Amino acid sequence: MNSLVDRFASSSSNSIFNAKNLHVVDEDDCSDGAWGSQAGFGSLAKGVPSFEVPAVPDPSAFLRLHTDDHADPSCRIKIQHGTTTLAFRFKGGVIVAVDSRATAGSYVASGTVKKVIEINPYLLGTMAGGAADCQYWETYLGMHCRLHELRNRERISVSAASKYLSNLVYGYKGMGLSMGTMICGWDKTGPAVFYVDSDGTRLKGDLFSVGSGSTFAYGVLDQGYRWDMSDEEAQELGRRSIYAAGHRDAFSGNTVNLYHVKEEGWQFIGNYDISQLHYDGPGNVAGSPGHGYGYETRVGGLSSANPPAVEAQA
Amino acid sequence: MSIMEYNGGSVIAMVGKDCVAIASDLRLGNQALGISSNFQKVFPVTDRIYVGLAGLGTDVITLRERFRYRVNMYTIKEEREIEPETFAHLVSSTLYEHRFGPYFIEPVVAGLSKTPSGGLKPFIAATDLIGCINFAKDFVVSGTASSKLFGLAEGLWEPDLEPEDLFETISQTLLNAVDRDAYSGWGAVVHVLTKDKIISRTLKGRMD
Repeated sequence: MNSLVDRFASSSSNSIFNAKNLHVVDEDDCSDGAWGSQAGFGSLAKGVPSFEVPAVPDPSAFLRLHTDDHADPSCRIKIQHGTTTLAFRFKGGVIVAVDSRATAGSYVASGTVKKVIEINPYLLGTMAGGAADCQYWETYLGMHCRLHELRNRERISVSAASKYLSNLVYGYKGMGLSMGTMICGWDKTGPAVFYVDSDGTRLKGDLFSVGSGSTFAYGVLDQGYRWDMSDEEAQELGRRSIYAAGHRDAFSGNTVNLYHVKEEGWQFIGNYDISQLHYDGPGNVAGSPGHGYGYETRVGGLSSANPPAVEAQA
Repeated sequence: MSIMEYNGGSVIAMVGKDCVAIASDLRLGNQALGISSNFQKVFPVTDRIYVGLAGLGTDVITLRERFRYRVNMYTIKEEREIEPETFAHLVSSTLYEHRFGPYFIEPVVAGLSKTPSGGLKPFIAATDLIGCINFAKDFVVSGTASSKLFGLAEGLWEPDLEPEDLFETISQTLLNAVDRDAYSGWGAVVHVLTKDKIISRTLKGRMD
């Protein structure tokens, strides 16, 4: 018989798989990770998430040594330190608007980041702080929202979902999680926005903005906010607020992502280039002012200090 | 916090065929906060020399005036216009005079120098903040986007570009480099020096 085949034949006396050679591997000897990817949630196989911790006396100090961007600006473990995100509640639902820039130090690492996390068809989360932390834990939150539905035969409230997340991150307090997020949705109580951060803060409110550009966004948002806005006005306000932050803040910019949460779930409204908003405006969309947001378009040619822009001559 | 990144801004100069180009962004910031989108960093020294000053905003203005004074003194004493090579050394010694308390500026010089035969030869140079001169044959960069400018210039520049092609090359290099730098951008300006004219254009850049 072919010696190779022979080795694997179950009938053969010298098979490596015969009973006396076969030893049962204790289940605990191999990690769940050995069975391949479980979409990052392999650590949940035994019910509770568990993470491998560096074998040093003070793991969180060790982690801080490698992630503290003040000590080492070139450190890549955490990007996304500059961001502008906002969400507000109004008559017609919730508007969620974010920028799309990711920076590592002064380097613009990406201009196409998705900072709105679609937890499920009626819950949205925003991303500020650690990109990975927000992405992982808000996806994890989505799993538990689904389990809640299966157990209780009804959708989880925004309040309960946000509390689940805040309790969860509070359990990791002091270990270096970094997230500032808004959990937005529509439940039995109507439109709802909750601010949750990695310190464990959880706030219910009508209007929030988070990130390095938040002060700029608040400026426009506070000025234009009313409860009884039309859908078009509200979407325009979200767009205009993120534009203001993208324009002034070096660490925010590139594009705006706009979402509208209504009773029947969230809806993606659009992606707008901030430079295009500056020069030409949002184009032919509901609520558009019909011109660029930049102040040059509003002052150009109207005073001697602001002569009309001269086209470049050859 | 680095003082060289306090206000942001970048400058680049390139050599072409019987021409040179120098370009800069127009941003003046206070760290992350953008303040002005019309802050000039490139200045004419003579009809055939431009200097670009990237670095701390206050020193941009101080050094511009200091160079103007020194070039005027040179012109009066020598009774002739300063040559680009000479001006580069003037920049260098002005900076080295402040060796132990420097101006936070890394200047870029671009010009056309006279040859013994009566022609004009492109000249570019850059120095560090205490005056070490780098005479380059292709391009020089400076400012917060310098690493990104190097990358793009290395990829886009080629020898003996005609003025209009050099304009396109330096514009694309600058515009795309500052889009990858948080502290530079907010518009740009380009100057191309040729033997019979200077082409100056303000570019429409990203405003974020």
